Amino acid sequence: MKRLALIVLLLASPLWAVQPDEVLDDPALEARAREVSKGLRCLVCRNESIDESDASLARDLRILLRERLVAGDTNQEAVDYIVERYGEYVLLNPDMRGANWLLWGAGPLMLLLAGGMGLVYLRGRAGQTAAGDVPLSDAEQARLDDILKD
Amino acid sequence: MITELGHFALLLAFGVALVQTIVPLIGAHKRWPGWMAVAEPAAGAQFALTALSFGALMWAFIVSDFSLQLVVSNSHSAKPMLYKISGTWGNHEGSMLLWVLIVTLFGAMAAWFGGGLPPTLRARVLSVQSAIAVAFFAFIIFTSNPFTRLATPPFDGRDLNPLLQDPGLAFHPPFLYLGYVGLSMTFSFAVAALIEGRVDAAWGRWVRPWTLAAWVFLTIGIALGSWWAYYELGWGGFWFWDPVENASFMPWLLAAALLHSAIVVEKRESLKSWTILLAILAFGFSLIGTFIVRSGLLTSVHAFANDPERGVWILMILAFFMGGALILFTLRAGAMEARGVFGMVSRESALVVNNLLLAVACFVVFVGTMWPLVAEMFFDRKLSVGPPFFNAAFTPFMVALGLILPIGSTIPWKRGGVLKAMRPLRYVFVLALAIGGLAYAMQTGQSLIGPMGMFLGAWLIMGVIVELIQRSRGNLGRLMRLPRADWGKATAHAGLGVTMAGVAGLTGWAMDDIRVAQVNEPFDVGAYTLTLNGVQEVRGPNYLSSMADITLARDGRVLSELRPEKRFYPVAQMPTTEAAIDYNLARDVYVVIGDAQQGGGWVVRTYIKPMTNWVWIGCALMALGGLLSLTDRRFRVAAGAAKSHRETVPAE
Repeated sequence: MKRLALIVLLLASPLWAVQPDEVLDDPALEARAREVSKGLRCLVCRNESIDESDASLARDLRILLRERLVAGDTNQEAVDYIVERYGEYVLLNPDMRGANWLLWGAGPLMLLLAGGMGLVYLRGRAGQTAAGDVPLSDAEQARLDDILKD
Repeated sequence: MITELGHFALLLAFGVALVQTIVPLIGAHKRWPGWMAVAEPAAGAQFALTALSFGALMWAFIVSDFSLQLVVSNSHSAKPMLYKISGTWGNHEGSMLLWVLIVTLFGAMAAWFGGGLPPTLRARVLSVQSAIAVAFFAFIIFTSNPFTRLATPPFDGRDLNPLLQDPGLAFHPPFLYLGYVGLSMTFSFAVAALIEGRVDAAWGRWVRPWTLAAWVFLTIGIALGSWWAYYELGWGGFWFWDPVENASFMPWLLAAALLHSAIVVEKRESLKSWTILLAILAFGFSLIGTFIVRSGLLTSVHAFANDPERGVWILMILAFFMGGALILFTLRAGAMEARGVFGMVSRESALVVNNLLLAVACFVVFVGTMWPLVAEMFFDRKLSVGPPFFNAAFTPFMVALGLILPIGSTIPWKRGGVLKAMRPLRYVFVLALAIGGLAYAMQTGQSLIGPMGMFLGAWLIMGVIVELIQRSRGNLGRLMRLPRADWGKATAHAGLGVTMAGVAGLTGWAMDDIRVAQVNEPFDVGAYTLTLNGVQEVRGPNYLSSMADITLARDGRVLSELRPEKRFYPVAQMPTTEAAIDYNLARDVYVVIGDAQQGGGWVVRTYIKPMTNWVWIGCALMALGGLLSLTDRRFRVAAGAAKSHRETVPAE
């Protein structure tokens, strides 16, 4: 509730996503800034990047990022600079350090595991003979005839 | 008075649900026909009472009865009628009542249309369905009662969140809930079959229409929500990988998997235990979705009730149903021995791969959604998992799915050959590659998403056409006589192709422009010329608006007049943007108006979004495909045949 109140407060003086006065003169640099800011989270919003967000904090971050890029930072250096100040929470694309390998590895590992199990199952199916087939009972046969006749 | 009647009906429905949970279950166990027969009228009564209760709440919103706490918090007398009605479910309490109303609706439908089921199975299905209703009735009555009165009613209400004042709210949640809750029906069938200890082809046939219906509703609900976000939130995103969106997407993926594995159960009596497990998990994920939306555990744009206490309740409901069903599953796994035999390369195997990809894709979304929580609890790291992660980790599964789909859907049952199945498809495969290559040659950016999507879309759509030609052997009469289920399959698969192409085009080739536009000074964005003719102040029923008038032209020809708005809702103290969109099949031009600038002029944001409408047309095709399958003759024939069968064979 507190967070909601904060957002409402911030929204009461509307500021829309990227403002014309923030846009850098150099189009190549601006394109880089847009690219990087899509991967940075607006810290007071619900799951929005600073590129999309209307909050004033997002605007501050956009300007900060552009200042770093103008100062000659590479994209990575600019991101590192912001992460150093605002913490890992600001990254929408989590890195692969530490326990995060579990996050990135979860899909491929699961696919291997499930694929292995699936293969064992399919081989088992293919290896079996049809001897396990039980013939239809009289009632079932009658019902089958009924359906086929229809 | 009407409010009290609604409240009373809710309590009565709770009582009926308790009876319907206990009596038929005992009856089915002891083979007492009278006790089993209780389920049917009880299911009808439960639905009627809940509908009465929901109607009473809706009435309170319609007449703006501000003695109800819920109406005060979420309505205002000046609000347009449509939003007063849809405001009934635009809040936590009301939406829970809608949820349980749909649970009882599905229960009643199973009672009315389930005449072909064996009596014990039907009694158990209805009993399990009612147990779900009991849990949610208790949740509503004890933690979120919508009928709470105020001692001193205020003069007027606090209005509904302005973002929700949109026709989207009238349709998006009901469809989504029909989908979510529809999965409770497949869950009930799975649990009833486990209690019964019997899963056979007939079970596969009975459960498939319910799964199909739930999946169709989920598809429509998700697509509506995505479209709503696209035009309402003001920057033209259509999917944000928000925890709540993921919560609806995970059951959709599992329902799609279930749909396909139930075919194997029905046709080949294999994959039984896996299908049961999927049915349990699919509903489990819809409960997890409810939990995510209402606990406030994960931050999201959707949260409407962030109350940890309610979260604990839902977690308990989740633990009870999932825990119980999974324990039952391990006890009864032995009863589900597969019977069909098939080769490594066969339709069955292709469907196993389909299930593998869908289930693992769902797992990836699940891990990504929950990871911030896990990382904070166990590794003391506060981090975010956002769209870049999901795009990277999820997309490969969909690409793989698209690649194998046309081959898998034409390969024969039991035993086939990949090369043999590939032969009729080889021309369209080359053609699809050529289309992808053409897209690559024409684009200026370096991203591979666009060309890849064009290739997959073309491959899927043309694959469907080849399959139809193959099945009809070039004979038009035979083509028209194909079963509806075949047409459904073709339509849904083509729809997936259309959606994939749309998503890729939109993500790969969108462009935008941000500038201060002066009145009557045209500016170019891409191939289009826009002119701001002026901005005027407009007064709406419950908001103030700055409405711009912008002319969109191309090569000197006027295409349309766009009127983007910036609104302010004084009661809720909230601004919103209303984008103006020029739609067509090739692209959307999406215009948003911002603030007036000190030196004159207005901020104007223009986006050109190629192929956007393909995303939703594809979803509509998928839903239509599901509906076509649902009307297939076989489902009706089987129901009729089973009915005559019931009279000849006594209950075991």
